[in-house]
Amino acid sequence: MGTTITIPLVTDTALIEADVLQRVLAAALDRGGDLSEVFAEDSTTSSALFDDRRVEELSSGRSRGAGIRVIDGDTTGFAHTADLSEAGLMAAAEAAASVARQGGGRTRTVALGPMNGRDRGTKTLPGSIAKSAKLELLVRADEAARSAGGAISQVQVGCGDTRRRVLIANSDGLLAGDDQIRTRFSVMCVANGDTGLQTGFETLARTEGFEVFDRYNVEDIARTAAVRALTKLSARPAPSGEVPIVLKGGSGGILFHEACGHGLEADHIIKDASVYTGQVGKLVASPLVTLVDDGTVAGEWGNFGVDDEGCAPARNVLIEDGVLTDYMWDLLRARQEGRASSGNGRRQSYQHLPMVRMTNTYLLAGKENADEIVAQTPTGVYVTKLGGGQVNTATGDFVFGTTEAYLIEDGHITEPLRDANLIGNGPEVLRRIDAVANDFDMTPGTCGKDGQSVPVGCGQATLRITGVTLGGTA
Amino acid sequence: MTDLLTLATSVVDQARPGESMEVYVTRGTENEVRAYEGAVESLTSADSSGVGIRLILDGPEGEGSRLGFAWAGSLDPTVIEAALSDARDNARYATPDPDVVLAVPDGQAAVDIDLWDDRVASTAMDAKIALAIDLERATRGADPRIRQVSSADYSDARTEVALASTTGIRSTARRTTASVSVDAIAGDAADTQTGTGFSVGRSPADLDSDWAQREAVERATRLLGARKAQSGRCTVIFDPRVVSTLLSVVASALSGEAVVKGRSFFAGRIGEVVAHPSVTLVDDPTDPRAFAAAAYDAEGLACRRNILIEDGVLRMFVFDTVSARRAQTRSTGSAVRGGFAGTPSAGCRALLLAPGTQGAEEILASVGDALYVQSVTGMHSGVNPVSGDFSVGAEGLMVRNGVFAEPVREVTVASMLQRMLQSVVAIGSDVRWLPGVAAGQTLAIGDMQLSGDN
Repeated sequence: MGTTITIPLVTDTALIEADVLQRVLAAALDRGGDLSEVFAEDSTTSSALFDDRRVEELSSGRSRGAGIRVIDGDTTGFAHTADLSEAGLMAAAEAAASVARQGGGRTRTVALGPMNGRDRGTKTLPGSIAKSAKLELLVRADEAARSAGGAISQVQVGCGDTRRRVLIANSDGLLAGDDQIRTRFSVMCVANGDTGLQTGFETLARTEGFEVFDRYNVEDIARTAAVRALTKLSARPAPSGEVPIVLKGGSGGILFHEACGHGLEADHIIKDASVYTGQVGKLVASPLVTLVDDGTVAGEWGNFGVDDEGCAPARNVLIEDGVLTDYMWDLLRARQEGRASSGNGRRQSYQHLPMVRMTNTYLLAGKENADEIVAQTPTGVYVTKLGGGQVNTATGDFVFGTTEAYLIEDGHITEPLRDANLIGNGPEVLRRIDAVANDFDMTPGTCGKDGQSVPVGCGQATLRITGVTLGGTA
Repeated sequence: MTDLLTLATSVVDQARPGESMEVYVTRGTENEVRAYEGAVESLTSADSSGVGIRLILDGPEGEGSRLGFAWAGSLDPTVIEAALSDARDNARYATPDPDVVLAVPDGQAAVDIDLWDDRVASTAMDAKIALAIDLERATRGADPRIRQVSSADYSDARTEVALASTTGIRSTARRTTASVSVDAIAGDAADTQTGTGFSVGRSPADLDSDWAQREAVERATRLLGARKAQSGRCTVIFDPRVVSTLLSVVASALSGEAVVKGRSFFAGRIGEVVAHPSVTLVDDPTDPRAFAAAAYDAEGLACRRNILIEDGVLRMFVFDTVSARRAQTRSTGSAVRGGFAGTPSAGCRALLLAPGTQGAEEILASVGDALYVQSVTGMHSGVNPVSGDFSVGAEGLMVRNGVFAEPVREVTVASMLQRMLQSVVAIGSDVRWLPGVAAGQTLAIGDMQLSGDN
């Protein structure tokens, strides 16, 4: 079913011809500057929403344009345009160049190298799938969710896909392209009981085409969301105060994304706005912690062929056996420090400046058995699903919300708990991890930073934190 | 703007027999300057535009109509044509629905409000750059305990919108915004605290950089030495900025769309006491002081003043055209949309909690002992507008004997939104109009659970 393509289709990625790129990159340096860059993007999205038992909205969108950046010392000028003609690009280049004040502008020529790209495998283009086939998935999920229990009072199913073609060229001669296909499917259920309304949410999000549904069953996603809402109808208020927490594998890699990931981004480090500034080589976590950020993991939500500055993604070890090994870098911050980018330069769209961003961030699995970790926890809270989170990188304080959690009593998982936030301090929590199991799993998420959203993956095995403050009411 | 309306109308005119169509077009210009260490770190200047098309295939009598939507980030005629074709195709697959209709002019006249200031365009870029650089310098120099200013920004935007439909809607709007904001870091490696300050207006001339700087510095420095507090039940006094965010969450439960779909804890409670008698909550987008003030809603109907909660009694919800039909009522002129790439939904724009008579200091004095919360985290992960569960990370100061005492961090405050509305102790007179959909003022809420040290 559908059209399959093998990525990269380099010729297809030529949103702008090479000779035009070379002239625009040279013109952008007319007033001086160290580096000019063109980032061109053509993205198409489609989404379908099944809500309140009907196909409520089918939506299609297209966004196409280029962002032009001029770096002059520590200053960056940026302008973007939806006009990909040479005249449009030249106008944006002139606007971006206005920050170059050091002079030294001279007529340059820019010679672009060969196209960088990566073999991304074969994908089924979502745009080639009949809309009726997508809608059938929504109907099936709605039926599965409603049949999970009579108390399910409302179901919303959403399906969306994006194809994002990018082309990056800079005055150092870099030329790179990528064709990113992402597919997302989510179910939100409301259950209505004597104790009021409860919600359950589950989402599948992969950097894959429609073939993802060959391996993932939408009924399973729907039932997971429905059971989550139903279970909470009998939930009691979460405890208040510091408690041991066992996080189920794949429930909450966002903990590491928030607790330390953001603090390891070089833009925060360079401005001394992170608790991890100056900590390389030091023990910053329990020896059980090895944390990796890896944009190369095929299919995961934070995967890509080249980053939004044309650099290859990499498997970057950030913390190894508890010792901080390195930060994450984009091109700008790497140049300032005279090193290479780690493939973490990302941006929401051509209308945004790139910055240091995570990709797929995960804690490597340990050796213990997940059930035994629970059994060896006399009292605590077992968290099976985390919602969103937030961190202050300068202080390390972070929160994240539980959307499915249970009490642990005498080493057994007992009563479900109502939603609450957990609060902790990144460095402290990393030191309090005293058990890591072997049941690793990943979850997708959307990371927001400085007003820009990008898709990321998070992962972790079942693990225990000896104490985190849980913000319940009991 | 007349050219935008002409463009929108020309697309609407392409509707075929049996089709209804609404076209939203927008165009804007933005500038953003970030200063760091006395120089420009980044300067962004950009023009953008886009179109959103809702197309309805009218069904046979009694069977309902089908809606399709498409958008594009361009006003290029060929791109608009492709979007129209996509919207038409998308509509074929929707479920026929008798409630899917476009807004029809309802006779309510729009209030004439001026949200445009030419000084956003006429102010030289160098002057805007100077605002950011001066703000950074002033913040660094304001207090020896400030060790870093991680960002100091100036930004502005000019936006024009036109909306036309086959049902007779013709509306245009334009607005300017300008803001400065600064993030300050106080203390040393052993004890770091942060504070953000900002000022917003319709032009650079409206901005109070000094206020922004003092706010950032005060918020960062007064938290130095903060520790966890003891767990227990207490009164919590929320800062105006937190209250604005809190009201925006309450607003999502007051959306008629959430109500008709059974996703609001307010559903079925019209006429009931849902809050303390001191609580009157009004959404009035025609108040030009509101950041998101507007003459027309996102479907082109006149915005109006809606009293949602009056003396603690739930009076009404806000509706757009479709959710109103589902609820068998009329639109309250409350359609909102997230730009050209979004479709309208029901929402608030300009919430104001009717102010009380006490200022912040008087509230502190009258409450005596409380936790004062200056900022919260996790408002979107720990607050559920469907169930009402409320649990957020908080930092601030203890209030003892009516005055600020020791600073507090890494605690949570929790309750249920339903209970919090009933437990209002004091509503401040110190209204501050803030970016977002709600104004804020000091607000004291009793009997909340503070989680910190055991």
